Amino acid sequence: MSAVLKVSGMSHWFGGLKAVSNFDFEVPEGAIYGLIGPNGSGKTTTFNLITGIYKPTEGKIEFSGGDITGAKPYRIVRKGVARTFQNLRIFGSMSVLDNVRVARQYKPVSTLLASTLRLPSFKAEERQRKAEALRLLDVLHLADRAKEQAKNLPYGELRRLEIARALATEPKLLLLDEPAAGMNPKEVQDLMALIARVRDEFKVTVFLIEHHMKFVMGLCERIKVLDFGETIAEGKPEAVAKDPRVLEAYLGKKGGH
Amino acid sequence: MKIPRTPWLLVVAAGFWAVVQLLRLVGFNDYYLFIANLSLVYVILAVSLNLINGIIGQFSLGHMGFAAVGAYVSGSITTLIYKLSPNVAAHYPGFVLALVAGGVAAALVGVAIGFPTLRLKGDYLAIVTLGFGEIIRTIFNNIDAVGGPRGLLGIPKFSTFTVILAFALITVAVIRNIAESAHGRNMIAIRENELAADLVGIDTTGYKVKVFALGAFFAGVGGGLYAHLLQIAHPTQFGFIYSVQVLIMVYAGGVGSLTGSVLAAFALTILTQVLKSFLSWLKAVTDLPIGGDWYMVVYALLLILIMLYRTEGLMGTREAKLMVIPEEDEK
Repeated sequence: MSAVLKVSGMSHWFGGLKAVSNFDFEVPEGAIYGLIGPNGSGKTTTFNLITGIYKPTEGKIEFSGGDITGAKPYRIVRKGVARTFQNLRIFGSMSVLDNVRVARQYKPVSTLLASTLRLPSFKAEERQRKAEALRLLDVLHLADRAKEQAKNLPYGELRRLEIARALATEPKLLLLDEPAAGMNPKEVQDLMALIARVRDEFKVTVFLIEHHMKFVMGLCERIKVLDFGETIAEGKPEAVAKDPRVLEAYLGKKGGH
Repeated sequence: MKIPRTPWLLVVAAGFWAVVQLLRLVGFNDYYLFIANLSLVYVILAVSLNLINGIIGQFSLGHMGFAAVGAYVSGSITTLIYKLSPNVAAHYPGFVLALVAGGVAAALVGVAIGFPTLRLKGDYLAIVTLGFGEIIRTIFNNIDAVGGPRGLLGIPKFSTFTVILAFALITVAVIRNIAESAHGRNMIAIRENELAADLVGIDTTGYKVKVFALGAFFAGVGGGLYAHLLQIAHPTQFGFIYSVQVLIMVYAGGVGSLTGSVLAAFALTILTQVLKSFLSWLKAVTDLPIGGDWYMVVYALLLILIMLYRTEGLMGTREAKLMVIPEEDEK
């Protein structure tokens, strides 16, 4: 299988702190790929570098064969990389439906003039995109919430809304930043099934960060483990789980956290 | 069969027009008509500022700078045509074109200011736009060709009630239609969470520049109407304090609510006039050291009260029914 995302020699400093150190990895197309590691090991920074929020100090990021290093975030999204956020970033005062519609129509075909004049082409576009957004909400079990103000949704549903919104941009690669954070065991189970289903149904590659071990081990096909900005293990979940360096990072030698 | 939706906005505007025409017959004097006209000019200014401050959430404090550009450009054009031939009735098409030219000039200035400044956020953007508003005003203050500190005099009185109402209606309708489209939703998304908007593929900078240009365009048209109502374009009319006045209208009405801006434009224009005459009267009878301009103190107080007790303004982000375009399947 070819790699949809290829990162080579990527490093990033925040002032004197090296948050990400010389990363090399490939995310195979169609996989569910996991990035794990203790707090502060550079996971979210990696996502921010891939999505263009930060520019890497060194190294190269290739997506679907094209170089996206240092490109503007919205351009990277338009190429097919979508993400969710660890600390939810929803459009709170908008309806659940509109949250998804915005992502579905980040660049409306209808011009400002056509929208002002309410031309038939504008109405047709609005209708079609709305239907598509509703279908997405249906897949993420949020259809009955469509008209509610997004900020009124409970936490678990907001996490799903972020996934729906990311999918609305029609990505090839979906980055999920701690999708299971704050969920109860039942919700985590459902989410695992949902992510697997989303991967198959939307033909996306999933690249996720997670702390929840059961979640990662049960869902991911490949895992990369970080500690202090460096890769300490990479491979299939079963192999990674037995790696002594991983056990040390997580359980600690001196009885750390 | 499809039943066309009632164009409520048009109905209300026509109703307002008819009521004023009827009142004119029963003692609605020129002063009252002037207040109605001024209110409508402020509707244009407040609604267009709300597009910038409310819909896309960029804090601009230089709206009157754009109005000044529109006033001076359109005023110069009409004064010139008027000098060539003083037949007022024949000049209306020219007047409309001059207003549009003023709006376009203001929009160009908006883009020129927008590109470097829209990277800034919140307070910083407010300070920079405030500065630019003052720069524009000062430039006009120093151009002799448009009267310098004396102002551009002798502008023909082309801004009739009907013309101003028509432009106010167009402004509200256009901005409402944009707000209720995919473009408008993208703008609101930028207001709600700029980073998230960026990361669902929205060109945030592009939208900000476009909105700045559009807001400036309507401010320019409003400024042009203002100049042709007062028959003068003077640098002091476009000072910072008047930008604040428009800003207060937006906040009093509710940031993000076009209905609120329309209502507040009327309410505060009328309040200003009432306060001005009340304070002048008070000065006359009590000999207190106050002048008509002290109404600004009341404005400042009002702003403080809004911020303390009703941050969301009169309407919040809600809209009156007639301002909402129902979705096709909800009719």
